[in-house]
Amino acid sequence: MSEESTTTSRSYLTPFNMIAGIIIILGLIVTALRFTKGLATVTNLSDYNPWGIWIGFDLMVGVALAAGGYVTSAAVYLFGMKKYHSAVRPAILTGFLGYALVVLALHYDVGRPWRLPYPFIVQQGTTSLLFEVAACVALYLTVLFLEFSPAALEWLGLKKVRRLAIRFTLILTIFGVILSTLHQSSLGALFLIAPSKLHPLWYSSYLPIYFFISSIIAGLSMVIFEGTLAHRYYAHKMDSAHMEEKDHVALGFGKAASFVLAGYLITKVIGISAGNHWHLLGTGYGIWYLVELLGFVGLPCFLYALGVREKNLVLIRWTAVLTVIGVVLNRLNISLIAFNWHLPSSERYFPHWMEIVISAFIVTIGLVAYRFIVSRMPIFYEHPDYKESH
Amino acid sequence: MEGMLHTLHEFMVYTKGITYILIVLALFGITGFWLFLTGGDEEKK
Amino acid sequence: MSISRRKFLGWLAAAGGGAVLGKSADAASNKHFTGYPGSKGVLYDSVLCIGCRNCETGCNKVNDLPAPDKPFDDLTVMDTHRRTDDKTYTVVNKYQNPNYPKSPLYRKIQCNHCLEPACASACFVRAFTKTPVGAVTYNASVCVGCRYCMIACPFEIPAYEYDSAFSPRIMKCTMCYPRISKGQLPGCVEACPTEALSFGKRDQLLKLARERIRKYPGRYVEHIYGEREMGGTSWLYLSAVPFKEIGMREDLGVTPAPELTAGVLNAVPMVVGIWPVLLTGIYAINKRNQKVADAESEAAVTVALDQAKLEAETKLSEALAKAEKEKAEAIEQEVKKALEEAAKAQEADDSDEGEEGTGETKTEEDA
Repeated sequence: MSEESTTTSRSYLTPFNMIAGIIIILGLIVTALRFTKGLATVTNLSDYNPWGIWIGFDLMVGVALAAGGYVTSAAVYLFGMKKYHSAVRPAILTGFLGYALVVLALHYDVGRPWRLPYPFIVQQGTTSLLFEVAACVALYLTVLFLEFSPAALEWLGLKKVRRLAIRFTLILTIFGVILSTLHQSSLGALFLIAPSKLHPLWYSSYLPIYFFISSIIAGLSMVIFEGTLAHRYYAHKMDSAHMEEKDHVALGFGKAASFVLAGYLITKVIGISAGNHWHLLGTGYGIWYLVELLGFVGLPCFLYALGVREKNLVLIRWTAVLTVIGVVLNRLNISLIAFNWHLPSSERYFPHWMEIVISAFIVTIGLVAYRFIVSRMPIFYEHPDYKESH
Repeated sequence: MEGMLHTLHEFMVYTKGITYILIVLALFGITGFWLFLTGGDEEKK
Repeated sequence: MSISRRKFLGWLAAAGGGAVLGKSADAASNKHFTGYPGSKGVLYDSVLCIGCRNCETGCNKVNDLPAPDKPFDDLTVMDTHRRTDDKTYTVVNKYQNPNYPKSPLYRKIQCNHCLEPACASACFVRAFTKTPVGAVTYNASVCVGCRYCMIACPFEIPAYEYDSAFSPRIMKCTMCYPRISKGQLPGCVEACPTEALSFGKRDQLLKLARERIRKYPGRYVEHIYGEREMGGTSWLYLSAVPFKEIGMREDLGVTPAPELTAGVLNAVPMVVGIWPVLLTGIYAINKRNQKVADAESEAAVTVALDQAKLEAETKLSEALAKAEKEKAEAIEQEVKKALEEAAKAQEADDSDEGEEGTGETKTEEDA
């Protein structure tokens, strides 16, 4: 399982490497433009639309889709579902990379990125939800780093430090869940201060709760989705325990996701009722809302249930993709599509191609880092020297 | 004027500032307390 | 005891209160904040505005803002609706008058200097300050440039220097804070040739506005915009037509911005307080269940082992018994055989008695 890397014998000119290379070169050029000419040159941001896809996609979606880390570690270490143990490391890894990339994206978006520590060291804006998000993301990135560190330490062969890191598993898991609860929900709460700008169907005092629940759904679905991809490309890296457990993981997580989706659907309907927004469902935005609610919450809920009942792993895996798209859609709706809905179309935002390049660049960095790590560190298998302990 | 709070914003800055300090203390405190609470179990072993 | 109980409690309260509550936060749940007493504001009477753009000129001059593309005396710029931007703190827009199409209506836009500013509530480095004099000021030296204030502002006022790569700032009207601190008028108010702009204490301005509505029946709609919008603003407006006719939103509500997020902010410490207890509890329950399950399975193993042992013993003893029985049978048979042989021998050879006797004794000894 832990065989030496065979990349030296293979050619580097694989299709993945070529496409990734082009995106990275383009990204570096746009990066240079961004940091020498300012945001106006590379973005379509305006005074009406201060947040674009670097916040709507990279931050909002990035954080939601990186929820697999806390969901899986809570399931295994707190709820005692030991049979999913092999899913923890891949989930922690993608969570860690996801958050690291969110922070990287923020360096592009904020005007003076070197001042990002200011909220903690210069002046604390404690009334801001963004302060809470910033504090939790910073702390959670640290927690994820520590949770991930045993894999890196095993790779490096630092047994003593690793033993120390393993001792903190439980406390780190609990911290991770607390921090995730807070910042996942606070990302939704960011928009509570702008009731006059977000469409009433999406604006709700339940926004923080919706964001928290849908982050669990996103986390569960991403674990299934990543598991599928990882198995396709890294089956040779997986040990027998991982291979045996992966179908259980898909079934178990699919079942959980289905039920959480059902609860989410109920709270969403209650939200419409609480705001008395039934009449808005007939409008253009209302139909779009129903597409999101029925097509990307109700439908995956049903399809997951079907897949679990019939033990249809193919259906479960495709449903995971559908669910992930649904969460992406929800975040984009709230931060971009239904935001500023009152403005005339001439004032609305559409991303500049260079903004899209940077978002693609950041995702590509994530994929390259993922490949680097899983082909070297014990992610899909247990290191032979540490088999006894977890 | 000095020491008086006139706006809700000012009140929130003040109270939330204290709250955040308490949160940090609480997280360390409860961790320590858990270790104290379960310390007896370890010794018995 | 020399110290009375009451005195001691008094000290305790003083020590505790003094240390923890350095500011008099008698602001209990039912406390209503009314803002700084005597804070200043501006009343904009759109009926008296003639659309000359002098206020824009004045603002540009006192704030050292860059010159606009078209000069200020070019009134054609008002044909399109403009907004504040990073080079313009205030603009005057022209609107169709639904009652008298020939005489257009005007409306001045600038920061409204909310009593409870959404930008200040949203800022995570406290770059915005509601000053006691009434102006909402911005401190660029701490600003990170997250632009959340622009998301939060219901009046869409803050603008950003997107062109600047190294020191972009939020740009917005400061109510000419440096000037009013020195007792001067804000630039726009000073430049206004009519009485469309009046600077003064907000309380006085509210009285003035009510006075005008009362004095000239039919001239104004009976609403002072800014008296209660978003919890009240320092900038107040009078209009001859419903405010939405001159591009002002009437659906903002009266909730001050900090109240919109107070609920969630209050939930934060509760999550921190309860989650560790809940999660550790779940963990402990699972660990205990695991222990019980382990113990049960261990017990089951012991029982199974005991049973196996018992079975094995039974089998063994049975086997032994069987073996014994077989042996006994074998002996019996042997004895029988011997006896038969002996009998035969006796029958065959009656005369030789002594030899048979020893043979019999030997067989019995073997058994």
